[in-house]
Amino acid sequence: MRYLPLTPDDRKAMLTKIGAASVDALYRDVPKAAQVGLSVFDLPDTQGEMEVERALTKLAARNVAAGQAPFFCGAGAYKHHVPASVDHLIQRSEFLTSYTPYQPEIAQGTLQYLFEFQTQVALLTGMEVANASLYDGSTATAEAVLMAQRLTKRGKAILSGGLHPHYAETVETVAGLIGQMVRTPVTPGKAEDIIALIDDQTACVVVQTPDVFGLIRNLRPIAEAAHAKGALLIAVVTEVVSLGLLESPGAQGADIVAAEGQSIGNGLNFGGPYVGLFATREKFLRQMPGRLTGETVDAEGRRGFVLTLSTREQHIRREKATSNICTNSGLCTLAFTIHLSLLGEEGMARLARLNHAKASALASRLAQLPGVELVTGSFFNEFTLRLPKPALPVVDALAAKGVLAGVPAARLLPRDADAANLLIVAATETNTDEDFDALVAALKEAL
Amino acid sequence: MSMNNQGRPTGIEPENRRRAVAPGTVTAEEMATISGDRGLDHEEKLIFELDHGATGVDMPDVQVAEDRLGGMRRKGAIGLPGLSEPEVVRHYVRLSRMNYAIDSGLYPLGSCTMKHNPRLNEKMARLPGFGDLHPLAPAAATQGALELISQLMTWLTQLTGMPAVAMSPKAGAHGELCGMLAIRAAIQARGETRPRVLVPESAHGTNPATAAFAGFIVDEVPALPNGRVDSAALKAKLGPDVAAIMLTNPNTCGLFEGEIIEIAKAVHEAGGYFYCDGANFNAIAGRVRPGDLGVDAMHINLHKTFSTPHGGGGPGAGPVVLSDRLAPFAPIPLLVADGKGLRLIEDAADAPEGAKPFGRMCAFHGQMGMFSRALTYMLSHGRDGVRQASEDAVLSANYILASLKDVMSAPFGDGPCMHEALFDDHFLDETGVTTLDFAKAMIDEGYHPMTMYFPLVVHGAMLIEPTESESKESLDSFIHVLRALALEAKAGNTARFAGAPRLAPRRRLDETAAARKPVLRWKKPEPMKEAAE
Repeated sequence: MRYLPLTPDDRKAMLTKIGAASVDALYRDVPKAAQVGLSVFDLPDTQGEMEVERALTKLAARNVAAGQAPFFCGAGAYKHHVPASVDHLIQRSEFLTSYTPYQPEIAQGTLQYLFEFQTQVALLTGMEVANASLYDGSTATAEAVLMAQRLTKRGKAILSGGLHPHYAETVETVAGLIGQMVRTPVTPGKAEDIIALIDDQTACVVVQTPDVFGLIRNLRPIAEAAHAKGALLIAVVTEVVSLGLLESPGAQGADIVAAEGQSIGNGLNFGGPYVGLFATREKFLRQMPGRLTGETVDAEGRRGFVLTLSTREQHIRREKATSNICTNSGLCTLAFTIHLSLLGEEGMARLARLNHAKASALASRLAQLPGVELVTGSFFNEFTLRLPKPALPVVDALAAKGVLAGVPAARLLPRDADAANLLIVAATETNTDEDFDALVAALKEAL
Repeated sequence: MSMNNQGRPTGIEPENRRRAVAPGTVTAEEMATISGDRGLDHEEKLIFELDHGATGVDMPDVQVAEDRLGGMRRKGAIGLPGLSEPEVVRHYVRLSRMNYAIDSGLYPLGSCTMKHNPRLNEKMARLPGFGDLHPLAPAAATQGALELISQLMTWLTQLTGMPAVAMSPKAGAHGELCGMLAIRAAIQARGETRPRVLVPESAHGTNPATAAFAGFIVDEVPALPNGRVDSAALKAKLGPDVAAIMLTNPNTCGLFEGEIIEIAKAVHEAGGYFYCDGANFNAIAGRVRPGDLGVDAMHINLHKTFSTPHGGGGPGAGPVVLSDRLAPFAPIPLLVADGKGLRLIEDAADAPEGAKPFGRMCAFHGQMGMFSRALTYMLSHGRDGVRQASEDAVLSANYILASLKDVMSAPFGDGPCMHEALFDDHFLDETGVTTLDFAKAMIDEGYHPMTMYFPLVVHGAMLIEPTESESKESLDSFIHVLRALALEAKAGNTARFAGAPRLAPRRRLDETAAARKPVLRWKKPEPMKEAAE
């Protein structure tokens, strides 16, 4: 087996040193009844690199990649161009095959990029501090609600109907153990009246902007209303490229920002791994989940970085930790950081403008199709259409013709009859005029 | 010394070599440079300090005259630094060179399974059909991805002897949470309330943290002097208020819990569930099936046992295998096959008869990028290779234990260990050298330290996990260095420990100062004028 360096002679010599007759002797503490032979496993035997590559390539060929078709899917995961240098750099052995930087003297590379990442996330979200990442946007949102419950010592969370339904379900699964989760009705293309629901039992209000239908929300009045009742505002962003053009949640008064960072530096990967961004105010630092990197000096007074405030974390605090998270999204944060460094201030602004211009142009064209209504008046790079018939079969029919038209809202809200005809369409810098022509023509034909 | 025609030295006389690298022979003055860099070792500023308004991405400059942003357009700049592509590439290449990595050396972190990460895995995960596939693309466009997940599920259920597996958890701790929420749901479905979870004191920190996260009260079970859980104490704690035990097996001392089957039986008889932390599956995969031990739920760290890269702390993946008793409570999404092929059930109300999903762990369907890597690894190894890997990992750990236990102190060194060898700091008594010093001295010798001060059940723990990826020669060099260091400490040559590391990119870092006054981000320096006012 090509990955195993020990030869039969090596194994023999090592057993001699150990004083064991065979490897079986090393398993002597395992009950005999629990030891099995290879034949119990209905699995194949070892294969060469070429054979494995062939098998995987065959599986991959049965999927339709975003780059293979006119492609308009979003709803929490977005197709963006990732510069070649990003993937090259993250595959450097020293990044790819290192562990969590628990030995800072030989992990300054990881620690410094995490410090840069934390700074970038804080700047983008308009917050004071950010952590070194959580798993993804949905779990970051759940952690944000738990943090708000700890900070306010209240249980109730109000979840906007515009919050991605997968996010809402993730929040309910864990934070629902602690307090009541109230989901407002789903109002595609409109901001629901969430302020009326905030009372003095409310730990937090969770609002996504742009929301799952693409609608841009104004967080300021919600923040003011929440703060007036002693509650926190959690802002959720699933498309971080929007922050290149939109006012940051921090500037609008958010207390915690939970975001999905996949759009920058990371591929679609059928849903993961992605990177959860988590930022908050400095005063809430001690209740923050996840790893934090901090600046310090070494014994010679040189600047260096270490993991810090780990008394919040499970490996020190055990059952009193702020979260159980250990492994996070290390390499995805690196991809995020490198891509954002390549973009810089100017690149990020251009990318965001380009996305908005593309989506705006596409929305105008699609809205002219007979029977099609644009339901999101304001949007960034994603909007929702109401079709004259159910969107799910339309999307399937278009997929059969080689056009991935978007995400039918029914995929996310299967119990919501009003959502049946809604189609969520995203356009990014990767879309060409030919893509637009293909979508317009195919949709026209299908309706 | 002669040079070949490419200017490379063709031989280094041992005398010169020793003089060049032996500590203490080069004075600080000799080491000082004008630039502050040293040969291949470059100091590197923060990316923010390199800003000069450039950009590393070319894009059309589209102006949006009439936006549809609902009046929420950003007013100010973000504050991101601007650099060209070559500058960004150089910056991150320089940072990478300050990191230790498996690819550059033995990485004996106990409990972390730092094994070789095959590059074929990376190549396969990047096939556009996987890497560029949208999670909500229509089922017809994702059949290959669903088939890959299905194949991986088969591998995981076969290797563990368990009937079901939940694929969405994103890392080990997330898998623990998934398992404990399934247990919680199963207890609720029985109409019972069981608030307590038993956790041995040797457990990973994630275990008690997870139990608390899932709303349980943690009750610690002591360890016996032989490093195993005190099964009598454990059994005495069982009762109608105990939901589960969370046990790692092989445990964090690197030992197999021999009474595991009886413990599982007792827990089941008391109406509880057995959660097994699968972090140490690399010792037994292909030889022992957790299902045969009575396990009800166990997460599998694909980034440990199945070689997906650790990536500086993630991403991982933590699928959870489930027993028949817990399978109905697995979270959505569920993967099912019907006449039209494979599809995902994404709403609890659509779950098949008998299924009662407890909820959802995350958006979408789990760490697909890790699934493709893990399946690539499994297909490469095959069932025979997986078993051989486990056996080599155990053999290598025992070889280290046998080769070091006379100069270091192995609290449980009388019998064989599993895939990791545990030492304590007893051999450093009276030397003034601590576990931390010893670990830092290893850095100067070119090694990443072992896991330190964990597990908590022995004093000054040093947990060494060599994995199956090391050659005998590599193990022998490592053993040689550790033996020499242990003898140096005992001989009173403590200077090399107290000041260590001296040859790393940084000397010891002040972690206390970092925590006392946290600086967690870069901030633009105040302009001089304002500072003067």
